[in-house]
Amino acid sequence: MIRVVLPAHLRALARIDGEVHLDITGPVTQRSVLDALEARYPMLRGTIRGHDSGPRRAFIRLFACEQDLSHDPPDDPLPAAVAAGTEPYLIVGAMAGG
Amino acid sequence: MSGVRVLAGTRKGAFVLTSDGMRKQWEVSGPHFAGWEIYHVKGSPADPGRLYASQSSGWSGQVIQRSDDGGATWAPVGNQFAYQGTPGTHQWYDGTPHPWEFARVWHLEPSLDDPDVVYAGVEDAGLFRSVDGGQSWQELPKLRGHESGPSWQPGAGGMCLHTILLDPARQGRMFAAISAAGAFRSDDAGQTWRPINQGLQSEGIPDPDAEVGHCVHRLAMHPSRPDVLFMQKHWDVMRSDNGGESWREISGNLPSDFGFPIDVHAHEPDTVFVVPITSDAEHFPPEGKLRVYRSRTGGDEWEPLTTGLPQENCYVNVLRDAMAVDSLDSCGVYFGTTGGQVYVSADSGDSWEPIVRDLPAVLSVEVQTLP
Repeated sequence: MIRVVLPAHLRALARIDGEVHLDITGPVTQRSVLDALEARYPMLRGTIRGHDSGPRRAFIRLFACEQDLSHDPPDDPLPAAVAAGTEPYLIVGAMAGG
Repeated sequence: MSGVRVLAGTRKGAFVLTSDGMRKQWEVSGPHFAGWEIYHVKGSPADPGRLYASQSSGWSGQVIQRSDDGGATWAPVGNQFAYQGTPGTHQWYDGTPHPWEFARVWHLEPSLDDPDVVYAGVEDAGLFRSVDGGQSWQELPKLRGHESGPSWQPGAGGMCLHTILLDPARQGRMFAAISAAGAFRSDDAGQTWRPINQGLQSEGIPDPDAEVGHCVHRLAMHPSRPDVLFMQKHWDVMRSDNGGESWREISGNLPSDFGFPIDVHAHEPDTVFVVPITSDAEHFPPEGKLRVYRSRTGGDEWEPLTTGLPQENCYVNVLRDAMAVDSLDSCGVYFGTTGGQVYVSADSGDSWEPIVRDLPAVLSVEVQTLP
């Protein structure tokens, strides 16, 4: 189970309370997590990255395990603690974005 | 008893303001989509329960929301606005080529007769249409693809397509306006377009009477007389009597002919409202007095309307999409300010009252007249 934390404005858009829990089949990467997230919540398409697995939006940052993953290749494996569900994958609105 | 529903888009959410036909007591609902910029909310003329809202943020881009129950509940619909073909370039502020990039939807214009058909005017300037209630959007590419497109440049607010007028009398005729390109007309439902800017004069462009390049801020039309168009330009208030083929200035005795919104009385096609703003550098009312100006002669002769509006120390702006009229017997006029006030006049502008005083900066105001 993958734990995903969304910023408040996207939780409101998707009507989500708390964390999102996703089951991923296959490699746990930023792309596979975001694909699964958008599949469950289609209204999030285009709000974190471009449509059709496009580039990350400039004012969205992606963190996990106290690391900034925003510029990592989307198909790189996420940290083992994220894949194991002990640490969340954090989707964050940049300080300057609002 | 008939009533009205005012749809206000603000920097931090949408608000729905409802009243009966007296327009004295108001119920305020909102903020809807709190924290997001709501550039525009508009209802379908064919189904007043069908509303569309443009929701965007610097973080997460564009969302379109739809309501089927007059704003009580909302659901996100499609938000993919992809320019058709290779987008190419337009002029940047410094005159260099700049790629077309979708930024946001400025204006939503529902069809006059089909609630599932809606047009979207976007930044960078382009026109999109949905025929499935906003679920999917297709560009009408010949407007952005006009041969003059590479020469268009942004106004201060961005290169936005902010006005879409649908002619109720001529099937397929529609108007669009772009800052800073000018006004355009289609006679074939948006398949082809041509500039309609003859008579406009603009300083700040190399050729003051060029075919395109004018910073048109707003167009308005009375549905009973769609060949007559009114325009608030960056500077100058203009009128066309021939569907935009030519324009003449009607600024007359206005204290400033700079401004953003312009609208027409619901029952008097020659009664027009504007809100003069000091200048392009000073986006606030002249002398700190918030005055709506009304012409009952189709322009040239204007009277200030001040009763109930602040006449000292007022330095708000009224943006281009932030004025509307209802169609009750005594025509109501509405406008919102960047200071968060939404004003109503239930007597064609003679007197004004604030409906709300402390909203976030108001980006747009529309009104629906309900049975």
